[in-house]
Amino acid sequence: MNNLLIPNPKEAESIHIIREVAAQFERPVLLFSGGKDSITLVRLAQKAFYPARIPFPLLHVDTGHNFPETIAFRDKLVEELGLELIVRNVQDAIDQGKVREERGRYSSRNSLQTTTLLDAIEEFKFDACIGGARRDEEKARAKERVFSVRDDFGQWDEKNQRPELFDMLNGKIHNGQNVRCFPISNWTELDVWEYIKTENIEIPSIYFAHEREVFLRDGMIWTANEHVFREDHEEVQVKMVRFRTVGDMTCTAAVFSEAVSLDDVVGEIRDSSISERGARIDDKRSEAAMETRKKVGYF
Amino acid sequence: MSENRKLIKIATAGSVDDGKSTLIGRLLYDTKSLTTDKIEAIERSSKQRGYDYLDFSLATDGLVAEREQGITIDVAHIYFNTEKTNFIVADTPGHVEYTRNMVTGASTSQVAIILIDARKGVIEQTYRHFFIANLLRISHVVVAINKMDLVDYEEDVFLKIKADFDVLVAKSDFSEDQINYIPVSALKGENIARQSDEMPWYVGNTLLDHLEVLEPKDLEESTVARFPVQYVIRPKTEAWHDFRGFSGMLYGGNLKVGDEVTLLPSLNTSKIKSIHYFDQQIQEAEPGSSIAITLETEVDLSRGDMLVKSGELPTSEKRLTATICQVNNKPLRVGGKYILQHGVNRVMAKVEQIESRIHTDFTGVEDADQLKMNDIGKVHFRLNKPIHYDSYHSNKSNGSFILIDEAEFDTVSVGFIE
Repeated sequence: MNNLLIPNPKEAESIHIIREVAAQFERPVLLFSGGKDSITLVRLAQKAFYPARIPFPLLHVDTGHNFPETIAFRDKLVEELGLELIVRNVQDAIDQGKVREERGRYSSRNSLQTTTLLDAIEEFKFDACIGGARRDEEKARAKERVFSVRDDFGQWDEKNQRPELFDMLNGKIHNGQNVRCFPISNWTELDVWEYIKTENIEIPSIYFAHEREVFLRDGMIWTANEHVFREDHEEVQVKMVRFRTVGDMTCTAAVFSEAVSLDDVVGEIRDSSISERGARIDDKRSEAAMETRKKVGYF
Repeated sequence: MSENRKLIKIATAGSVDDGKSTLIGRLLYDTKSLTTDKIEAIERSSKQRGYDYLDFSLATDGLVAEREQGITIDVAHIYFNTEKTNFIVADTPGHVEYTRNMVTGASTSQVAIILIDARKGVIEQTYRHFFIANLLRISHVVVAINKMDLVDYEEDVFLKIKADFDVLVAKSDFSEDQINYIPVSALKGENIARQSDEMPWYVGNTLLDHLEVLEPKDLEESTVARFPVQYVIRPKTEAWHDFRGFSGMLYGGNLKVGDEVTLLPSLNTSKIKSIHYFDQQIQEAEPGSSIAITLETEVDLSRGDMLVKSGELPTSEKRLTATICQVNNKPLRVGGKYILQHGVNRVMAKVEQIESRIHTDFTGVEDADQLKMNDIGKVHFRLNKPIHYDSYHSNKSNGSFILIDEAEFDTVSVGFIE
């Protein structure tokens, strides 16, 4: 038996937030991408309810362009922890004509996820969606609340947010509204990596350096495969790379890396001079990219 | 954080044009917390606007509306770290109408940095910022006297401002050792992370050194233990058949296995049987821990109830008086009914009387029949059920609450209990 618990303040805050979600909402769901942030959320949720099971399901909005390693990892995690997993596919929204697939050089299904997410919220009547967004990721996220109220259309009104005082969270909403909840708002990328290391949390293999067929465009490293649009002159090469975020293949750039262990990765992040979202191709579209997507219900 | 870096939470306050965003941008830059792509973005934007210097404020001004107006309009959270310390900065705007933002930012902070433009000295805004730091009982205040480069780094300017500010300190609840004065130039980086050659007369720490020597332990109040029950854990599995864990965050003081406890509101007593942190059982927990507690006896205890050490009971009352800061456009009126959220507990509250509106420049009070957005006043409430509170002065977490509008569900006020 350990004698004295000295809390890790960020972890304790996150557990507090997750318990508030479970207590204040009827039908919460944890949005799971298979990335390190949502994997960290799962660990925190385990800690919040142990020895009981996590009292809400996971929802994965699958673009169909995920790295196969991520999907394999997801299924294993769900099985091991006895979690309930809901998968909804962007392909279905495309087939139903609700959204149109982008074509050409920078085409991506990333922004199409919004429609599928909103449909799933409606289908299951979710009133709270727990997400792994962090305020340090991007300027527009720095002002995001821990509990962020959205209307029926998933819209975020940045001028009309509820102030959050002390650690009191107000999740009262009307029918049709839902709340996006961000338990690791106050974590930095380095915090997440150090936590994964200390807690010895398993993560998908693509976070570690591996050989991969890639091509270079606009100073970024793109995955070469059938889902990613590539021009004939863009030459495919095999390189040692790893990923810092795990989104859709079409919007996630790799970095050159030799980091094969967690220690290597943490060291690399600490010395890194490129921000994590710097490797997100979708953010490069314009300076206000993230804010615009948030307003229409993206995470 | 796993590397045992300490965590220091800072709120910043300054008037428009005091250079607050520049100061934060400078802290980020000097601690190498800005990445190459962000620095490039700043260089690009600075150039586009025709500046001949790096506009660090662009590192923090987040939203499009703000970029257009060139001012920050909400609370933004910014993160940086040094080898030893993690910092969270709640950047709050200094506009006269934005009291609510500073109260919000300061509510989660231990330290306040109040910025003063060396050319302007102590102005009405400074009074208001310091008033809020005082109201929220911020543990430590750093007065950063900025733009020293524009007053030729004159010591006299610094001393004059310090003397003016000392007058305010005398009117407050702060003791002198809770306040520190540092002359800086955020734009030039003087006394931010680097000791200034321009101000040899200043022998104190740089701003960053000063923030680094602060210890969270010294910044947290130590008082009696309060454990509001947040969520009851009942696994209902074979292995944990009879397990009933009362989970929540512990505030104020330690709890340990074997402690005699009193449960509120029932006033039943029991003993702590076990304390759980994930799959570990621990003997004792410090404040700030998210834990689950089991008790020796079967008791009736649910969300919103409170567990305290026997002999350390809080006040349990259906009436209370509080200092209110209005944080919503809808004014607070006599007779108004609200959902009062005290920690994780909710009751109904009715405004019985608005005793006064408090001048936020230390000049006293006036009569008021309502409190508008950004007003601060003393208010008497009646509740439908008692809550178990301490005065804000003796216990921040158990002495504060928010009011939620019954119809819109917006958070409309924050209260500090007398």
